[in-house]
Amino acid sequence: MSATKVETGPKVLKESKNKIRVEFDRTSKWTRFKIKYLSWSFVGQVIFKVFRLILLLGISYVILLPFFSKISSSFMAREDFVDVTVKLIPKNPTLDTYKAIIRENKYFTALFNTFVLSFGCALIQTLICSAVGYGFAKYKFKGSKLLFALVIFTMVVPHETLQLSLFMKFRYFDIYGLFNLLGGGLIPGLRVTNFTSINLNNSFWPLFLLSFGGLGFKNGMYILVMRQFFRGVPDELEESAYIDGSGVIRTFFQIILPLSVPMMITIFLFSFSWQWTDNFYTEIFFTTTGATLMPDIIKVPKQLDTNYAAQNLYVSAIRNTCGLLIIAPLVVVYLFCQRYLVEGIERSGIVG
Amino acid sequence: MNASTVQKAPPKKRRKIASLDKKKARAGWFFVMPFVLGFIIIYLPVIIDSIKYSFNEIKILPGGGYALEFVGFENYQKALFEDPSFVRTLTGGIQQLIFDIPAIVIFSLFMAVLLNQNMFGRAAFRAIFFVPVILSTGLIDQIDQSNVLLSYMGETTSGIDTGTGRDTVTEIVSVADLSRLFRNMQVGRELLDYVANYVNQIYNIINRSGVQMLIFLAGLQSISPSIYESCSIDGATAWETFWKITFPMISPMILANTIYTVIDSFTSQSNAVMNYISQVYNEAGGQVVSSAMSWMYFLLVLLIIAVVVAVLSAYIFYQRRDV
Repeated sequence: MSATKVETGPKVLKESKNKIRVEFDRTSKWTRFKIKYLSWSFVGQVIFKVFRLILLLGISYVILLPFFSKISSSFMAREDFVDVTVKLIPKNPTLDTYKAIIRENKYFTALFNTFVLSFGCALIQTLICSAVGYGFAKYKFKGSKLLFALVIFTMVVPHETLQLSLFMKFRYFDIYGLFNLLGGGLIPGLRVTNFTSINLNNSFWPLFLLSFGGLGFKNGMYILVMRQFFRGVPDELEESAYIDGSGVIRTFFQIILPLSVPMMITIFLFSFSWQWTDNFYTEIFFTTTGATLMPDIIKVPKQLDTNYAAQNLYVSAIRNTCGLLIIAPLVVVYLFCQRYLVEGIERSGIVG
Repeated sequence: MNASTVQKAPPKKRRKIASLDKKKARAGWFFVMPFVLGFIIIYLPVIIDSIKYSFNEIKILPGGGYALEFVGFENYQKALFEDPSFVRTLTGGIQQLIFDIPAIVIFSLFMAVLLNQNMFGRAAFRAIFFVPVILSTGLIDQIDQSNVLLSYMGETTSGIDTGTGRDTVTEIVSVADLSRLFRNMQVGRELLDYVANYVNQIYNIINRSGVQMLIFLAGLQSISPSIYESCSIDGATAWETFWKITFPMISPMILANTIYTVIDSFTSQSNAVMNYISQVYNEAGGQVVSSAMSWMYFLLVLLIIAVVVAVLSAYIFYQRRDV
């Protein structure tokens, strides 16, 4: 009996209490290797993978080269721009450009002011857009569709179209003639305040007010993204909170907001970095004086003498160095948070 | 008595439902309130003013304040007939927009499909491809437009990089080379020009397709893997799978991305028409004319969006959610 069993079954190599190694009749290693690796489909796969890698590397190169060229030229001395042999690697590396810009263009003042402005705007926009998106996602009320169409409308109308009227609105800020009425502009006898309109320009207020209204740069998109995100949050969560006696507002702040922190970080980062490099709004609202912001530091410091050969290149390099100084904090933020940016939109379920 | 209670019961019940609805509606209004207030207090007056300005002449009074003088369609006439280059810039810009849309959408779809595959360094590539969205906006864009450095640097690399995409000296491929290559293939000259133009503008296109790529990636990841699995069991090739599965499933994203691209490229600051409008804005007395110009441009773009939506929505496949 036992002899026949050995003949039909696989050959036992090693046997212990709970492990067994047996030998199968397998094709030889060479044949397996031949079938797996020496076939056309494998060659095709390898070619495809190599091609894909080269393509992706090439495009990454195209994206990153401008940054490399800017970085290398920011360390070049003036002599390097005259020298034709110097291209990407500076011969006389120097920090003078950086020093001059930081000293003369008040870089740190601009950094601080822009940080306050961007952080404030981003914080307000994140909270407002989350709340508005939540309202659109979870509550059906009369006119909600019309309101949402208005959100889309604010997204589609470019703010460039409203350039002049935005400037005028905040230069002579008034709520439907209310300040005018109080200031005695309409009826001379009635004079409560001593102004007829407020000049909000050259302060952070225009941007903060726009953010409060969910009207800032690309805020329509943020509202849309948050709405799609909240639609994916199951209603049962809120219902159980209501049953436990929590109000609408408390549910929002204690149940919904903690849930959506990753999404809010995404919105915050977008808003922060777009406000950081913004030049459109700052040019409208900060006309002459006022706080030093990032756009103000893009100028050639007097200390650096540009009236010289290769002037165009040198001026361009200086301006690029200003640009580098502007985005330097953003790069740091991006390195740590790009996970949120790249995954955020994927997670939002904007697709659904 | 019995009859009256029966009669009274239904209204009571109905009122209860209505009050819950009302409660929900009130909560909805509460959350949406910031936007409503902002819209009524700031946005609506601004929009109305903007339209009003485009029909008026504006004078800043010396003692503060300003005066408007109604001039009818004069600003529009000025923009269309008196301004030397507005109409040319406008048609050029619209043409550019129409040609840019397919390039950006196809490129971003292609890249999203590539980046969705499992491979070495996928996270790194995704991070790199997203860099322009964050770092090449606003001020940096503005600096790049007058950047002569890149073309200078590009000289050693034998014309591989065109920098801002506005350089014609350092082309990656020239139309002449291409037409020599395709001489026997009966391809129209226009198509060759188009392709060559876009290979040379690749930097520009990459810069503008970051968000679209993300939206496509999100769409690709929402396609259920079991569909692909059943496809491969049935013996479909990768090519067939793409056209029969991926493409229809992603088609709503194509519409969304097309609209996004139109809006994004016509509100971006590197847009030629917008640049021209801001240039007019900064001229003396040009503010009102620039308002008129931008409203005309906006209406044209709205028209383009309407046409795009009408054409594309006929071909879109919506997967039934409940299956």
